[in-house]
Amino acid sequence: MRKLLKQEKMKKLKINLMQIKAILFKSFLLALPFAVILSCSTDDTQTVAQFTELVMADEFDANGAPNNSIWNYNIGTGENGWGNGELQYYTNRTENVTVQNGILIITANKEDFNGSSYTSARLLTKGKFEQTYGRFEARMRLPYGKGIWPAFWLLGDDSNGTQIWPQIGEIDIMEYVGDKPTSMFGTVHGPGYSGAESISKSYVLQNDRFDTGFHVFGIEWGPDYINYYVDDVLYNQITPEDVPGEWVFNRGPFYIILNLAVGGALPGSPNAETVFPQTLLVDYVRVYKNKSN
Amino acid sequence: MKNIRFKYSKIICLLGLIFITVASCERAISDEVEFAKYSATGEIFTDSFMGGLDYFPFGGSFADAFSVDTKVAYKGEASMRFDIPSFGVGYGGATFPSTGPRDLTNYDALTFWAKASQGADINEIGFGINPETADRYKVSMQNLAISTQWIKYIIPIPDASKLFAEKGMFWYAEGAENESDEGGYTIWIDELKFEKLGNIAQSRPAILNGEDKVETNFLGNSFSMADYGLSQTFNLASGVNQTLTPAPSYFSFESSNIEVARVSDAGIVTLVGKGSAKITASIAGVKAAGSLTVNVAGAFPTAPVPTLSQSNVISIFSDKYTNVPVNYYNGFWAPYQTTLGGQIGVDGQNVINYTDFNFVGTQLTTPLDISEMTHFSVDILMLELPTDIDLLLTFKNENSAATTFQQNRIGQSYQLDPRAPVVFSDSDFVAGVWATIKIPIRPTSLTSLDKTGVNLLIIENIKSSNVKTLYMDNMYFYKE
Repeated sequence: MRKLLKQEKMKKLKINLMQIKAILFKSFLLALPFAVILSCSTDDTQTVAQFTELVMADEFDANGAPNNSIWNYNIGTGENGWGNGELQYYTNRTENVTVQNGILIITANKEDFNGSSYTSARLLTKGKFEQTYGRFEARMRLPYGKGIWPAFWLLGDDSNGTQIWPQIGEIDIMEYVGDKPTSMFGTVHGPGYSGAESISKSYVLQNDRFDTGFHVFGIEWGPDYINYYVDDVLYNQITPEDVPGEWVFNRGPFYIILNLAVGGALPGSPNAETVFPQTLLVDYVRVYKNKSN
Repeated sequence: MKNIRFKYSKIICLLGLIFITVASCERAISDEVEFAKYSATGEIFTDSFMGGLDYFPFGGSFADAFSVDTKVAYKGEASMRFDIPSFGVGYGGATFPSTGPRDLTNYDALTFWAKASQGADINEIGFGINPETADRYKVSMQNLAISTQWIKYIIPIPDASKLFAEKGMFWYAEGAENESDEGGYTIWIDELKFEKLGNIAQSRPAILNGEDKVETNFLGNSFSMADYGLSQTFNLASGVNQTLTPAPSYFSFESSNIEVARVSDAGIVTLVGKGSAKITASIAGVKAAGSLTVNVAGAFPTAPVPTLSQSNVISIFSDKYTNVPVNYYNGFWAPYQTTLGGQIGVDGQNVINYTDFNFVGTQLTTPLDISEMTHFSVDILMLELPTDIDLLLTFKNENSAATTFQQNRIGQSYQLDPRAPVVFSDSDFVAGVWATIKIPIRPTSLTSLDKTGVNLLIIENIKSSNVKTLYMDNMYFYKE
């Protein structure tokens, strides 16, 4: 195919000089929007990409189980479906979590397992990778369907159980319900603003959706701010002025959680039209810090 | 020196080869060839017809069903107005073809805004009706619910790459199907156009309604996959799963054994050899759920040709005789009848084929006087013999003051009923072999049947046995 294309191009160049001119003109046009994007990063209000030193990256390059120097698992159903009435039983079986061809695959299956009707997986870096501030991002393709609830989020360290949620703080970088395939949301939970009172904003893709291709979901988190972005769009900033309680995000390290829930209060239960299995694909998880601190 | 020269000549040779390759490339498509580029206009109706459009009402539809309404519009000045007649008056139905082919390959859906004067379900709506291509790329959505508020509706395109020269822009058919179905109301449609939404995804095609089915069929027979539960479900941006019925040409069908079954681009299966073949399908590279395995045993067995002369016979269904006029071989009696099928042609012979058989009737146009007749004959073929064969065959006279009838049992008699004696034993059936069943016409005193006006034949699957597919041929009354 490539050879043919090359020949076609050569032919065209040979045939008509005018066409060369046209192509050159087109490439000028292409250069224009590029320049506009570049000028964005010099904008004073734009704080994305201040954290440029890579400190942790899982590119999921080795097939098999995820790297156990980075990831732990939550197993089972937690208390009351991990506090949300979720329906799945989390396992670390290959059927629910595996790395294949450079991608972490978290699969929600419909199957009877230890008294639950669904299985899935929840990975966390607690005790293995924790960090205060930084840029946390993951490139993911999301599943779809009623009752499907993937999340990429951070929880504050509980200081050996001496502190409890929501005092420890929670930063949800990406949450999404499968029956709204064009919409995701980013949230913070803390004392006085947790659960239904949490501070949240959604971002809706135009002429695209989250379950058909990979998208980058990230935050840049520094003292007194959390910036939320999807791909190259900064869609929200949350600061202490935005929360009606104590700002608990300057107090210590947070760890990462990646999970695919089924059912629960937020998405509702799957229905007859929900297709199983559903997969959350993760191309990479990367964490950066600020070079200067 | 010699060596160097040799190398040069080699290079020249290579150059020559490349040149020839390039030249032959250029010859493949001459400079005079210009590929037709059709209009890529997506708009069909905004305030008026866009890009050249016709309006062709379907045969028998209510003539004034469609008009342009300049008083009602979702956007702009006008909308398309469809006045659906009351039950019994007819229906509204039309196609809106483009006057020239359009290139729709860059779109992913037909969209429109619609509302109705009352809540209603549009029976069928879609695009791709084009008589020039035998509706090759027809898409239909059934029972589309329309409310009294303006709402945007989306009909996804199964595979837009096929629609590089499409004329069938839009079609609909809606009518009151019975007294209680809605009728005598108005639908408005506005901003009707093909669009690239970019957020229609998760295509899930299906054949045979997503099931894996096995069927026995016959050498030389052919049938359309359109009759085998084709569908495609998309997930819309709203999270709603939208299911539509695509024409077979959107599917790529594959036969596991082309020496047994071949499938054309139009989805016509032709059985060309004995054996077994599994037919699967995909749309735009997405595998369809479901499959059809056809077992081809051989040619369709021919029913025995009756030997009696025409003068001794009143024939209802036979290739040998002149048949009396018949209203139908399947009345599709609502609501309890499940039986599908009726008269079909297999390898040049006419037979009756019933599927999903529970009961079915043949109604004669003119009541028959069978007073002179001594027997009724019918040939029955079952490809697989079920257990519990118990068929009740009834000749009925619904014309006399009281309905009168003679009943006969074929197979076993589940509940012994002296009024319906067994006329053919279940043990005499052989799978795949025609059974000729001769039923004596009994005296009226034993049956009640008024023989001067028989107008209905009913066959029932009394024990609801697994007799699901039944072939019948040579139905006639005769005198010995």
